[in-house]
Amino acid sequence: MTAVSAVNSGGIVRSGSDEARLRAEALRLAYGENVVVDGLDLDVLDGTVTAVIGPNGCGKSTLLRALGRLLGPQGGQVLLDGKRIDRMSTKEVARILGVLPQAPQAPEGLTVADLVARGRHPHQRWYRQWSSDDETAVAEALRKTGMLEFAERTLDQLSGGQRQRAWISMALAQGTDLLLLDEPTTYLDLAHQVDVLDLVQQLHAELGRTVVMVLHDLNLAARYADRLVAMRDGKIVAEGAPGDVLTEQLLRDVFDLDARVVPDPVAGTPLVVPIGSRHRT
Amino acid sequence: MRGHVIDPSPTPQGAAAPATNVTRAGDVRAMAARRRRRLLGLAAVLALLVVACLLSVAVGAKQIPLDNVWHALFQPTGTEDDVVVRSLRLPRTLLGLVAGIALGVAGALMQGHTRNPLADPGLLGVTYGAAFTVVLGIYALGVTSLYGYVWFGFVGALLASVGVFLLGSVGRGGPTPVTLALAGAAMSNLLYALTAVVVLLDSQALDVYRFWKVGAIAGRDPDLVVQVLPFLVVGLVVALANAPGMNALALGEDVARSLGHRVGLTRGLGIAAITLLTGATVAVCGPIGFIGLVVPHVARLVVGADYRWILPYSGLLGATLLLLADVAGRVVARPGELQVGIMLAVVGVPFFIVMVRRRKLVRL
Repeated sequence: MTAVSAVNSGGIVRSGSDEARLRAEALRLAYGENVVVDGLDLDVLDGTVTAVIGPNGCGKSTLLRALGRLLGPQGGQVLLDGKRIDRMSTKEVARILGVLPQAPQAPEGLTVADLVARGRHPHQRWYRQWSSDDETAVAEALRKTGMLEFAERTLDQLSGGQRQRAWISMALAQGTDLLLLDEPTTYLDLAHQVDVLDLVQQLHAELGRTVVMVLHDLNLAARYADRLVAMRDGKIVAEGAPGDVLTEQLLRDVFDLDARVVPDPVAGTPLVVPIGSRHRT
Repeated sequence: MRGHVIDPSPTPQGAAAPATNVTRAGDVRAMAARRRRRLLGLAAVLALLVVACLLSVAVGAKQIPLDNVWHALFQPTGTEDDVVVRSLRLPRTLLGLVAGIALGVAGALMQGHTRNPLADPGLLGVTYGAAFTVVLGIYALGVTSLYGYVWFGFVGALLASVGVFLLGSVGRGGPTPVTLALAGAAMSNLLYALTAVVVLLDSQALDVYRFWKVGAIAGRDPDLVVQVLPFLVVGLVVALANAPGMNALALGEDVARSLGHRVGLTRGLGIAAITLLTGATVAVCGPIGFIGLVVPHVARLVVGADYRWILPYSGLLGATLLLLADVAGRVVARPGELQVGIMLAVVGVPFFIVMVRRRKLVRL
């Protein structure tokens, strides 16, 4: 695997390496009898943004949960820094790796500042609940996501996009090198989707976070990810740079979709134009 | 919102520093203000509780002038008033205090762990567990003393709660709010039916049960309070230690886990605390409803969604409400009294309706 290096329109250098702190080996995941993922190997390359794509029910979210230690494997293993993640303590994992589930729910009346402060738990001890480090990390996370002016608002007073920013702030305050996001753009309109992904990109570029996210929008995935992982039926069909992965053949194989793939006029990344029966000739 | 997306240029660390300091100061100030508000509120609630305690000592069937109350509390000489205050009203007030704290805290725990705004501490079958063993003790073993049935009640409450927990844990995924609530409802109904069978068989058991069932803090031996106090203290300590975990669980199990919380442990400790607090209280006082249901809502109105604050507020408000209801029960039917359990329902229901109408119950 060669090092990924690209320059995006904002002039931010994206880079990655061959190292993988987080990897899955011969992973088998199941809910009860229902096997969702079987024999899956994946290296999450450090310093890259990886987007996992695939049709509904292909096991992308399940894979993400396993990578984040939310789901124990039935076979194989997930390794974090060479150690089996299911044998590490919850707190130890939480200091290295943060997970944001899809459409997380917050109790009513919770302020943004309180939410973000809860991200500090892995760094706290029972005898030392709140330190100046925590204070700094929370303020910093709020500033980085542009949520500082909303710190005292409650989550229910925010728009969907702002709310997602608040959750990302929480994950940021957690201060982990790796960040797993399960469909961070769910329920957001296109403008807010771009807004959230810009934020993810920025965290990656400025803080060097390694990001794995499940995304439904292929065009946005191609734009914002250094690497794409395409899944179908619990297996990885293709992985690599978006330009290599996102081909017309792959869309047929993975999504059963007839589509044209053209260069994105803005980013130059692949742009998927589905054909559909109305325009099929 | 999209306009103020952070500085798009790759900022070097040094350049970002001054801005950080400015924003930090403002942020810290806002957080400090909120903290001060909560502390002031806590002081206010505490003051209210002190007033409730004083009323509970000063007001009763026998009218005792305030200076005699003072005399009885601080320089007792064994006058009739001294005896009434010291041997009747003081223990009653103390029991009201600890029972109110326990029920308030247990209610907040229960609502938090089940994420159900209508949950009350009896949801785990504790109340009917206690009721069943109390009548069983009277019927099968001929227990007649209050001591006897307090311990029977406590054991029953513990067993019922453990049973519900085990029942709710069967199957994949372990105990969840839904399985626990279902198991609790099933267990309560079963125990209720069994209790009914026993009281039908034994009229003596029925007599005790009738009075126990209403819920009261009057006429309990002061020693009883001392005996269940250790359980209540342990329950309270576990409850407070449980607060950060509950804050995380309120964000969903996945988020809690990814923040490094052990979900099973948090839930287990929470249930242990609920069981100790409710079980001990129910055993001594009988089922006193309403406090565990209403008080956490009031606490949330004041402090928001942080259980580190909700729990203390709920405890203090619970004690205040219980004592005030008890005092009201002594005043409305002079020279007789209404039991606090009845009084709470009479006072509490309209209060609850007003609250529900004024502001929709919060989503947890």
